[in-house]
Amino acid sequence: MESSAATRPLGPALGGGTLPKWAPGGVIAVSAAISAAGLAAAGSFTVALTVLLTVAVSGAIIYFWSRAVEDARQAKNRLMTHAVVSAFGLAVLPLFSLLYEVISRGSHRFDSSFFTESARGVIGEGGGASHAIVGTLVITGVATAISVPIGLMAAIYLTEYGGTGRLRKWLTFFVDVMTGIPSIVAGLFAFAVFAIFFGPGIRLGVMGSVALSVLMIPIVIRSAEEILKIVPNHLREASYALGTPKWKTIVKIVLPTALAGLVTGVMLAVARIIGETAPLLVTTGVVDSMNANPFNGRMQNLAVYAFGEYRNPGVAKDAAFDRAWAAALTLIAIVMILNLFARLVYRRFGTEIR
Amino acid sequence: MPESPAPPDSLIDDAPEPPPAARERITERTQQGGSRRAAATIERGAKTVEIKGLNLFYGSFQAVQDVDMRIEPNKVTALIGSSGCGKTTFLRSINRMHELTPGASAEGQVLIDGQDIYGRGVDAVQVRRLVGMVFQAPNPFPTMSIAENVAAGLTLNQRKIKKADKEAAVEKSLRGAHLWDEVKDRLDKPGASLSGGQQQRLCIARATAVEPEVLLMDEPCSALDPIATLAVEDLIRDLASRYTIVIVTHNMQQAARASDVTAFFNLEETGKPGRLVEMGPTEQIFTNPTDQATEGYVSGRFG
Repeated sequence: MESSAATRPLGPALGGGTLPKWAPGGVIAVSAAISAAGLAAAGSFTVALTVLLTVAVSGAIIYFWSRAVEDARQAKNRLMTHAVVSAFGLAVLPLFSLLYEVISRGSHRFDSSFFTESARGVIGEGGGASHAIVGTLVITGVATAISVPIGLMAAIYLTEYGGTGRLRKWLTFFVDVMTGIPSIVAGLFAFAVFAIFFGPGIRLGVMGSVALSVLMIPIVIRSAEEILKIVPNHLREASYALGTPKWKTIVKIVLPTALAGLVTGVMLAVARIIGETAPLLVTTGVVDSMNANPFNGRMQNLAVYAFGEYRNPGVAKDAAFDRAWAAALTLIAIVMILNLFARLVYRRFGTEIR
Repeated sequence: MPESPAPPDSLIDDAPEPPPAARERITERTQQGGSRRAAATIERGAKTVEIKGLNLFYGSFQAVQDVDMRIEPNKVTALIGSSGCGKTTFLRSINRMHELTPGASAEGQVLIDGQDIYGRGVDAVQVRRLVGMVFQAPNPFPTMSIAENVAAGLTLNQRKIKKADKEAAVEKSLRGAHLWDEVKDRLDKPGASLSGGQQQRLCIARATAVEPEVLLMDEPCSALDPIATLAVEDLIRDLASRYTIVIVTHNMQQAARASDVTAFFNLEETGKPGRLVEMGPTEQIFTNPTDQATEGYVSGRFG
């Protein structure tokens, strides 16, 4: 044993040499400075270019430094870590940029009158989007009320009853196709359906809900199906072995176990449709006054409101643009609140699915 | 059911009430304040299981061929044999869990107290209320507390059950599963918070809470450490006084320790169906088997 330890010099190979702890951060700081200075000297300084150049320069520096001090494997590890973290940074950068932009521009009119007043009779400054907020909540709420039962039951059919039959395969295929329907097509579909019964030119809040349901149902089916699939089969069998009928097993065991995931899926679907503009433009129309009844006349919503304010700003252009940005900020806030709510549900009812 | 003989009430009954006598004893015991001795006197008819010419299939593949077997009440019957020889498939056919696998089918008769569970007009759901099952891996319901897990069979299948009755049944089953003292102070904690061995005993308590007549166990100790295994084996021996128990095991020592009767399954070669080779008192199977294959298997020479 001792002789083999002598022939294999473990010490130096293990202790080779390590970069200091601050190395990655330090390298990035230095490269950022170099990149910024270099670009400024060349007279083409922009933030975006600096970021990209920093990523490239710091990657190269950390790789060769590590190769010199440590070894080839460590150097590769550092390079790949750098690449993965940079890719993540580049992926979330647009999100932060967007948030910054919407908040900085939207906060001008993010005031109490924006939430309490409608746009009725507003030509210049002032006015609000209370009618659009109510409309968004009502239209999305009705769409959710239509989509969740249908989507959930379809998902239950697919996972619990569909077996491996041909019907199941076709349904899955069409659900996948439905997720790719352009939203304007869904709007035109709803418009055409209602036009059959109420004649052309009809505009109702519920039409918008139907259009959004067409978009939402496949998302709900898909997410619910995936969640139900990972409910372990041994739980179903445990329930059957107690002499529980299938429907009761689904209602009392499978769905509660999957509840947190199902809620998350529905919230994602809501977030996906709440900002739809095109299908609502053709189905719910554009209106300046408050209407909370989805079965009676036109209904405004935040996305269409923002679009309208930008398209037809009227005399006081800046005031209209501010209202549009505030509407966008409100929309983001609503989605964020819904997501927080979903997380709370997850915390409260979340079960470890094994 | 015009032609076939009517199944006994217990199989077609809508709500699986425990027999009145058992009920009375439960309430009696609660009033007494509940001593362990009283709990042990509660009996439910353990039933004989008779299997005649049973063939089991997965689609066109035959997994088990021509099994004839008589499983005696109040005894522990161990099924041993190499992997893939159809022990578990056979076990799952005794409470009609086998047919839940897509494409699976069964031919032949399984008579519980003379009544064919594959007969016409027999509801598989009712069969499973009489024949309970414990699985290989502990599988408590993750959304339920310890008490709710034990009472699951009662709350899921009976429309109304009095709170006091439920609590009494929970305590009785947990005591019966040798788990009461460990969990009595945290009955409202999630079932998944217990250790593996405790979870398995919880599952046994859950299966016995509905007062089955036959209890099937599919390698109940394979996921447990030796100490927990010992606890579960003790429990199995204890439960035999009340139920007919059939247990599948890969562990020779376990079969030798815990069972009264042993049945050896084997298959001639891979792809052929499994068959019952030999069945007899455990001591005889392990010391003086008649079949060479059995001897080879129990002595560890093959399999």
